[in-house]
Parts: sequence; structure tokens; C-alpha cells
Amino acid sequence: MDDQTQLLDLTIPQLLRWRVRRSPDKVAMREKDFGVWNCYTWQQYYEFVGKIALGLERIGVAANDKVALIGDNIPEMLFMAVGVQALGAISAGIYQTSLPEEIADLISYMDVSFVFCDDQEQVDKLVEIRDRVPTVRRVIYEDPRGMRGYRQDDWFLPITDLYALGDEAVAENADRFETLIDRGKPDDVCHLCLTSGTTGLSKGSMMTHRNYINMGIQISSVDTLEETDEYVSFLPFAWIGEQMNSFGVAMAAGITINFPEAVETAMDDLAEIGPHFMFGAPRIYETIRSQIWLKIDESYWLNRFLYGKFITVGERAAQYRMAGRPLPPGLGLIAWLGKMMIFRPLINQIGLLRLRRAYTGGAALGPDLFTFYQAIGVNLKQIYGQTEITGIAYMHRDGDVKPDTVGKPLPETECRISEDGEILSRSPSVCQGYYKLPDKSDDLFADGNWLRSGDAGYIDENGHLVVIDRISDVMHNDRGEMFSPQFLENKLKFSPYVKEAVIFGDKRAFVSTLINVDPIVVGKWAEDRGISFTTFMDLSQKKEVADLIYQQIVDFNMNIEKPHFRIHRFAILYKLLDVDDGELTKTGKIRRKFVREKYQDLYDALYDTGIEQKAVKAQFQYQDGQTADVETTIRFYTMEGAA
Amino acid sequence: MNPLTVSNVTLSFGGLKALSEVTLSVEPGLITSIIGPNGAGKTSLLNCISGFYHPGRGDIHYGDRRLTHASPHQVSNLGIARAFQNLELFSGMTVLDNLLMARHQSLKYNVFQAFLFVGKTSRVEAENRRYVEEIIDFMELEPYRKSAVGNLSYGVQKRVEVARALTLGPELLLLDEPMAGMNIEEKEDMVRFIMDIQNERHVTVVLVEHDLGVVMDISNRIFVLDFGKLIGSGTPDEVARNPQVIEAYIGEE
Repeated sequence: MDDQTQLLDLTIPQLLRWRVRRSPDKVAMREKDFGVWNCYTWQQYYEFVGKIALGLERIGVAANDKVALIGDNIPEMLFMAVGVQALGAISAGIYQTSLPEEIADLISYMDVSFVFCDDQEQVDKLVEIRDRVPTVRRVIYEDPRGMRGYRQDDWFLPITDLYALGDEAVAENADRFETLIDRGKPDDVCHLCLTSGTTGLSKGSMMTHRNYINMGIQISSVDTLEETDEYVSFLPFAWIGEQMNSFGVAMAAGITINFPEAVETAMDDLAEIGPHFMFGAPRIYETIRSQIWLKIDESYWLNRFLYGKFITVGERAAQYRMAGRPLPPGLGLIAWLGKMMIFRPLINQIGLLRLRRAYTGGAALGPDLFTFYQAIGVNLKQIYGQTEITGIAYMHRDGDVKPDTVGKPLPETECRISEDGEILSRSPSVCQGYYKLPDKSDDLFADGNWLRSGDAGYIDENGHLVVIDRISDVMHNDRGEMFSPQFLENKLKFSPYVKEAVIFGDKRAFVSTLINVDPIVVGKWAEDRGISFTTFMDLSQKKEVADLIYQQIVDFNMNIEKPHFRIHRFAILYKLLDVDDGELTKTGKIRRKFVREKYQDLYDALYDTGIEQKAVKAQFQYQDGQTADVETTIRFYTMEGAA
Repeated sequence: MNPLTVSNVTLSFGGLKALSEVTLSVEPGLITSIIGPNGAGKTSLLNCISGFYHPGRGDIHYGDRRLTHASPHQVSNLGIARAFQNLELFSGMTVLDNLLMARHQSLKYNVFQAFLFVGKTSRVEAENRRYVEEIIDFMELEPYRKSAVGNLSYGVQKRVEVARALTLGPELLLLDEPMAGMNIEEKEDMVRFIMDIQNERHVTVVLVEHDLGVVMDISNRIFVLDFGKLIGSGTPDEVARNPQVIEAYIGEE
């Protein structure tokens, strides 16, 4: 491990060169294309980066220029990012789901002068906002499909032309790339990483080479990674979690990154690769669990029987494993049987058999889900951090997984709780502030160099950090009793039938909620009972579905810690909360204020106990821009004896 | 690429004239649509072109080759492929197998070679797979590659049907109502695929379609049939102004 610390003095391109010298023929990336996994070795990776860097230099990219990257994860995205960084320029990821207006705002905020897009979908967005982004000099694209009309326009540049320019430059001066790389310093800003934008426009955190490389080293020092380990890249590249892996972990530990064929095939590709570790937002783990449940449900009786028998055994065994205690011999034997007979084949089918560790972060995850994954033999652990600290500051250690905590600080990370109860951290991975926002950057730090998280939390008796909620999100009812809406929402979401829940009750007499039923699970449930439905709206307003949810909330109210947490009234929402409608953030968090304002009518009715139903008009926007008005009746349900 | 010309084609079933004296030409590189009310003879015309029916009178030429009495496989060997209105796929086979199967005509090896599966055979099969994978990529069928066709939604099955026709590497593609029974989103996707087939793969497209909005949007030329007779032709604008066409669709005022 002694050679790990020397990596801290390198930039990302220099680390890439170090990798090439160490193991040039080791596979660095794999991409599925035309049904076949194609490999890139570290040597090839380096050559592509070189071509791109010199090509970019030819078209006028200079040090400190900003180059935006928009698109799905493909090797070219990394070639481009590292190529940009080799020039001393700064890469910036923009979410591929962003709307054109958002992209225009971000481009002007970050002074972007070159943009890289993966395909026509993204290029078309830039065409739409071309007048608003005069700073953008060229748009480089990877997939030429549908781009015929743009070939004559100098604004656009296919990546193949960029490679050709790079080849020319290499032929003229073979040492140029090395010289460029040598100029970099580890504390230079290399990437602008967007914050999640829960409040207003995203801010660009100024990340340095050292931020990423330190993160890679620290993660792999806690959970050892081998060079032969596989990782599947399916998180959005603009998210810190993906950069942390592709810039930091992959280069520091030398693992292989695998790129799925398409976004829709990511789960199938995951099964083919069988990664050794994975990161994901809670949503992904919830989705996988739903799939498992559905598959078990549809399986034949023996499988269902075995699963039902052994899942409880697995859960009991999981409690021991998570606490790092040895299993009693009897339980150990039965748990082993369950593992061999049902759980190993099961997780093999979804590609998680080789998985040593699965990490979840970005939002809180229910204890249920932890126990579930630990029971089927997936070592799921919580991480906690923020964009400004390169993703991770706290992490569960193996054999010390406590579902209600986020674990202990990484090495080199210090933790402190401020007098207001806010979590503060300090580490070499803390960013240099926000781009062009000195005021906000000052606010980011407390007492000099302690990074503020905006989260309320405490450290428990075992040294684990417990996160309560956003300081600004904690609510109080009209008697001044505190509760965390997010905590209650996550509890509610333990029910497989509840996809999303929005909890209200700030300065009110009681807690109430708007519920999104899970279209797949509830759809299947309705089908099994011969309840016919047409659309999601229709399904959500069925009397039987309401009864089902009512029962779920009865259970919730029974098991909840404090009486004032109990839900007194609820309604089932007629549409799914959606990123495109502005109801969720890009990472899937609820934009509470927005939701409340959008559904003000429903909110008012929830707190008017006399109202049992209300007609609502909803406007739908189809993909072609047409809108349609739909009328439906929303019912409100009051829980017996909850208040 | 060759023009397709249909001259004075008449097709009768007993006393019923499905097509009478139809004359039209399809220029290479364009999207040409054939529209008309139900029973106008659109599919019959496609059947004549693809060799399923042989017209009683008149001639069909593709370049200088006469198709009038050609059989379906001869037509297909000339580079004319067809996607059917009622899906002609093996529903129990996977998407991949359906597409590989569609290219069996271009696989040149004998039973003995196939049995050994070495040398030429495995090379030809590898090339075949590569070609099929390109089509899968083009039609964005990656998520369904290994699913049985019968289990897929109707919209996806339609896409597989078009992909099956494309695996033949056609110069001219006959599409029989590719958008029937689809929802708006699936239609939008299909429109984009058809335009990409024309622009990226340089394939001439003959489209039979009921959705007039789509036809008017993407066609370069339109021919209108009614009761087996050609009643109008021209660019979408010209056809939309043609009084006879309006009458056939909306009826007399």
C-alpha cells in the first residue's frame, strides 16, 4: 500500500500514464456494442485521451476553458473528460435528462466554450438553444446517426474528425501530449460537478485532481479492491458518485469499468458482467428488490416455498453478520442451506453473485432493505457524503453495518457536530468552493475549513454517524413536536405497494400524506384479484387499492416510534411524481415545496377533515407537446384513532 | 438504385377488380406513400410488387428487370424487402433468431459444411451476426435481443418486423401499415426510424399507411387509390388539395 500515497501527487492524466506504465495491456474499460463486449486496455485508453487532447488543442481549447459533457456513459465520455483535463482545461458534466433551457442556463453560468454530446438527442437540444449560448464555439458529437443535416455546419464536429486532428498533431510532435500532462498540478481544478439542485439552479463545485484521487485511495483502503475487479457504469456521469468511481476508484485501484450497451439494457448487462462492487441511489436497490419479489411471485411453488422459509432465516442470520457476531451453529447451518439452495442461484440471476460490496447513497434507505439484501447475501452498506466532499465521507465497515447509521468516517476524514446539530467534515477531498459564487462558497464552510452539510445529525455511542434530515427540512407540528418528513416517507416506502410518499404536517395538528402506488406491484396485485384497470390514474383511484393502502398505513401507525408520527389522513395521487414535471430532483428526491404548491387543493383538503372527495382537473403533456385535460375524483381517507 | 415502375396493372379476383389500370412510378431515394380508404387495393398492389400476386394485365419493372411474373424470392433477391401488416415472425423464437433466420438466403454453405461449422461456415455466420447486430442497433432493439417475439408488446413486434425486412439489406423497402395499432409515442419512434432508413441507410421506401398525419409529414410523393383506381398523385400539398382525393376520404358535401 505504500505506493498509494505517491498517487496523491499526480493529476488524473498523470495517474492514467502511471497506470499505462504499470500494466499497459490490462483491460481498463469494456463497452458492449453490437452485442459484443469490446475492450480498451490502459494503453489504448491513454492513446485515445492523447488524440482527443491534441485534437482539442487544434480546435482552440486552452487551459481553463470549460468543456461540458452531456450524454449517456460511454468510453468516449471519459476519453473526452481526461483529454480536457490533460490540457489544463476543466470538464463539466451536465445531466443527460436536462431540458434545453436548463442546459442553456448551466452553459452560461459555467462559461462553457465547447460541448461534447453523445448523440442526436443531446445535439438537438443545443440546436434549440443555440442563440442563447454564444460562448459555445464547437459541439462535438460521438454517434453520427441522424446528424447528416449538420455535417455542413462548422459548429458541429464529429469525434472521428477530432481523432483525425489528434493523429495529425501526434504525427507532427509525438512528445506534445507528455509535455501537456507534465504541466498539470494535483491541486488544479479539473472538473465542475453539479450539486443536486434541490433548491434552485445547480451550483458547480470546483473539484481538483487530488479530490478524486484521494477518494479513490481512501475507499480502496477501507474495502480492498483488486485490479481484476469489475465495475458497471450506469449512474449518470454528471453525478459525483459516478465520477468518484471513474476518475478516482478506477484509476487508483486499476479496476475495469464496464459500459452497458444502452440505458435500457443496464440491468441485463449487469448480469453478464457480474460486478465486484456497485454504487447506487436507494431507488436502484428498491427496483431490484421489487423485481426479485415479482420473480419469486411468478415462480413455481417449490421456489416460493423455499424462499418464504429461508428469507426469515436469512434475516435472522443477517442481524448477526451485520453486527459482526458469530452465528450460532444451528442457525449457521440452516442459513448456509438457504444460501446454497435459493439465495445464491437467485442473486446469480441478477448478476450480484460476485458482488463483495454494494453501496447506497444519495438518500436514506430503510432498515428493511438492508436486512433484505444482507439476508439474500448481498453485502449492502450505507455511505454518506455530498458532492462537495467528492461523494463519500462516511461508510459502513464490513461486519459493522447498522441500518440506522451511515457508518464511520473514511481515513483522513474528520467529523464534528456543530452547536446547531449540523454535521461538519474535513478531508483532502473537500472541493474548492462553488464556481463564480464566492458568497455561497463562504457559506459552505464553518469555522474556517469545516465543510457544512446542511444535515442534522449526531454521533452514536459506537462512533457511527446518524443523519436525521436536512436541517431546513425538519418539521414541527402545531404543538412544537419535531418530526422528519423524509424519515416517515422512507418508513412508508417499506411497503412494496408504496412507490413514493409525500408527508405534510408542518405547523399542523397532524401528519398527512399523498401517496404514489407502485404501478408494477399494485398492477400485478390488481391483476391477481381480477380488478380491471386502464391507466395508472384509473388504478390509483380504485376502491380496492385505497383499502390496500389503508391497511398499509394501519401497520405503519402501529409500528411507528412516536404517537405524533402517526398518519391521520391520506390520499392517493393520480399521477406518478416525475423528474420532468419538476416534482423530483434529478437524483429522485422530492421537491417538497414545489409538490405542495402544485397540489395545493389536495393539501388543503387533507387538512379539512370534512372533505371526503374532491374533483380535480389534471393537465397532461404528451411527448409531442399536445396537452389533454383529464378529470378525476380524488378521495381522502381518515385513519381511525390515529390522531 | 433503380426506379420501380408499375404500368397499367390490372388485378382481378373473379369479377372483382382489385386494381384497374394502375400506373405509378417510385423514384429511388424517396419515401413514396400509397394511401386510400379500406379496400382501395393498397395491399394488393404491394402483393403484386413483391410477387405474391401476378397481375392479369400490365407490367411491373424494377430498373430493367421485369417483376410481373417473378416469385417472391426472386423479388427479394433483387433487393426488394417487405414488412407485413400482420406480423410474419416466428413468435416462439427470439428477436435475434428471427433476424438471423431472415438472412438465410444470403448464407452460402451446404448441409455438410453447416454440420462441421468450421472455416467458411463459421465465418459466414459471424458476418451474418454482425450484420444483424447492426440492424438491432439501428432499430434500437438491444433490450429485446433475447426475448421471444411473442412476449413483446405490439409496438416492439412491429419494429422487429421492420428490422426483419432490413436484415435483407434491401434497396427498396415495402412497408405495409407499419404504424397500425400503435400509440403516439410508438408512432413517433417509427416515423423517426423510417426517416433514418431513408437518410442513413439510403433505402427507397414505399409506405402504405392509414395515418394521414404521418403520411403528409414524411412522404416525398403520394399516390391515392380508390376502388382499385389511381385517383390522384403528387407531393403531399398537391394531394391534400386534390378534390377527388378529398371526396374519396370525406365523401361528397
